[in-house]
Amino acid sequence: MNLLAPQEIADALQAAAGAGFVSARCTEWAEGIKGRKSRQVWLKIAREALIQTLQRLVEIHYPHVSVIAFCDTGAQVELVYHFHIYWGVPREEILVTLTVALDKTDLKVPTITGIIPGALTSEREKQEMLGIEVVGIPDGRRLFLPEDFPQGVFPWRKDETGIPADMVKDLWATGRENLKFQDNPPPPASNPVNPV
Amino acid sequence: MKTIEVKKPSAYTTQIGPAHPALKEPVMFTLDIEGEQIKKVDFVPGMAHRGIEWMGMRRNCIQVLYLAERICGICGITHSISFARAVEQIAQIQVPNRAHYIRAIVGELERIHSHLLWAGVAAHELGFDSAFYMAWRCRENVLDLLEYLTGNRIHYAMIQIGGVRRDIVPDQFPHIEESMKFFEEAYDKLAAVFLDDTTVQMRCRDCGVLTYDEARQLCPVGPTARASGIKKDVRIDHPYAAYADLEIDYMTPDVLTGEVRGDVYDRIITRLLEVKQSVDLVRQLISMLPDGPLLAIPKPAVLLAKLKGAAGEAVGRHEAPRGEVMHYVRLEAGKDEPVAWKVKASSYSNYLSWIPMMEGAQIADIPIIAASIDPCISCTDRVALVRQDTREVLTKEELHRLSVEKTRRIQASLAK
Repeated sequence: MNLLAPQEIADALQAAAGAGFVSARCTEWAEGIKGRKSRQVWLKIAREALIQTLQRLVEIHYPHVSVIAFCDTGAQVELVYHFHIYWGVPREEILVTLTVALDKTDLKVPTITGIIPGALTSEREKQEMLGIEVVGIPDGRRLFLPEDFPQGVFPWRKDETGIPADMVKDLWATGRENLKFQDNPPPPASNPVNPV
Repeated sequence: MKTIEVKKPSAYTTQIGPAHPALKEPVMFTLDIEGEQIKKVDFVPGMAHRGIEWMGMRRNCIQVLYLAERICGICGITHSISFARAVEQIAQIQVPNRAHYIRAIVGELERIHSHLLWAGVAAHELGFDSAFYMAWRCRENVLDLLEYLTGNRIHYAMIQIGGVRRDIVPDQFPHIEESMKFFEEAYDKLAAVFLDDTTVQMRCRDCGVLTYDEARQLCPVGPTARASGIKKDVRIDHPYAAYADLEIDYMTPDVLTGEVRGDVYDRIITRLLEVKQSVDLVRQLISMLPDGPLLAIPKPAVLLAKLKGAAGEAVGRHEAPRGEVMHYVRLEAGKDEPVAWKVKASSYSNYLSWIPMMEGAQIADIPIIAASIDPCISCTDRVALVRQDTREVLTKEELHRLSVEKTRRIQASLAK
């Protein structure tokens, strides 16, 4: 296998992203006495360039999708796609991270399960936890959240759609008023209602 | 078999208490079956979702470290190493080499204990309870060793951001070596029980197959991937802690048998080989243990102040017993808490592999196939079967009985 250097991978993906390219950086980190370096490539791209960039990555080496991470930055929700390439070659694996920022007014992203079916778990989780819509997802049901979890509440968002304070202390009772233990004494009035 | 009418297959309408009797955590399977054969598999995890990431994004990094350790009761050090490594990369904290070695030693001991636990569970699911007791008896030895080294059987609290909190001193080396000898002997015994037994072979060979191509596309990790011939191991691919200094190779089943079939039997082989490999790695680590400090920044207040000034994003990875664990962390200057924290546990990646493994298998094979990926959040305590428009709920005990009966049938036919 002809292995590309991190900068070459960044350049190839930048070319594939075309107008959707935002920024790229390569990082290294070494641990242990021999100080062997492990390497990472970080790219920021537009949503429109996600599929074509990923297809270019598949041409380099079929990636293992680790997870889609996230960050709520206020006006935007960032999806952080983590891929590994060159696994199976000792000490040569490279982490490729594609960050896609979505405006909260238009939280849609195309599915990548057509290219890597293993991304399904992570895409289902992002839909329910962040309130984004993965366009074309083969199975759009909830994954970790129960069926009776309220609609329109997205646990990982940090705005008004996040977990409200009154859901924090008695999560189990949300939406099941009839199941509350009526005989229990109410909590002391001085007890602050604070989600933190 | 009890037939229960369930109108809505919601996990929350069936009662699985927080302290239910099963060994593992809950996941609900919905299986479409024809006769004894499984046609379609669906599963619903999430009954044990505790919103840990939500909690973590409201605490400072040192608090998150201990919260991370409590994500899993079996691989506690896995999550704290991963989180600490991510934060160290953001804040550019150079961990002393001695700490890297101690991290790796505890990580390998944890792998031995987790794989022995799994071997016991697998034996139990097959109906070999003597082997189950034997594997767990061996596991006690490594738990005692972990308690001797760290103070705790689980949740060792060894990791601090920038190093480790406790030393391993030369006085302790003979005790460690004694245990390593014990595990070498234990490996021989377990290999005889699991690999040379005809019944185990008949139950596990070509059962729950995950092919190389399926594994490549569904992206499982750890022994589940390696048993299908995927050479993927964070310790080798993307070395961290002391692993870059060690002699270490991928443990795929062909190391022992010369072929890869990707079935349950191969997953047993892979895990047993890894127990042996961990013994070798601990010995290498002890012999190479360098001198030096344990912590880059010994004072927690100084560390917190430094982390408050740090900004950036990084990924911390660790090869847990079940496969890669990954923590994505993003810090902002002036904030105590991480603005983003995503935990990817190993079973998260392995779930999807159940579908090709189970389709075409028999109901009695569900327990061993489900257990064969060593699910961390899993339990076959309730399985719903859709058979000719009626919905039945199998309890864990019922399933276990079916599995044991199949083993007994095979043994009886062998005796003839």
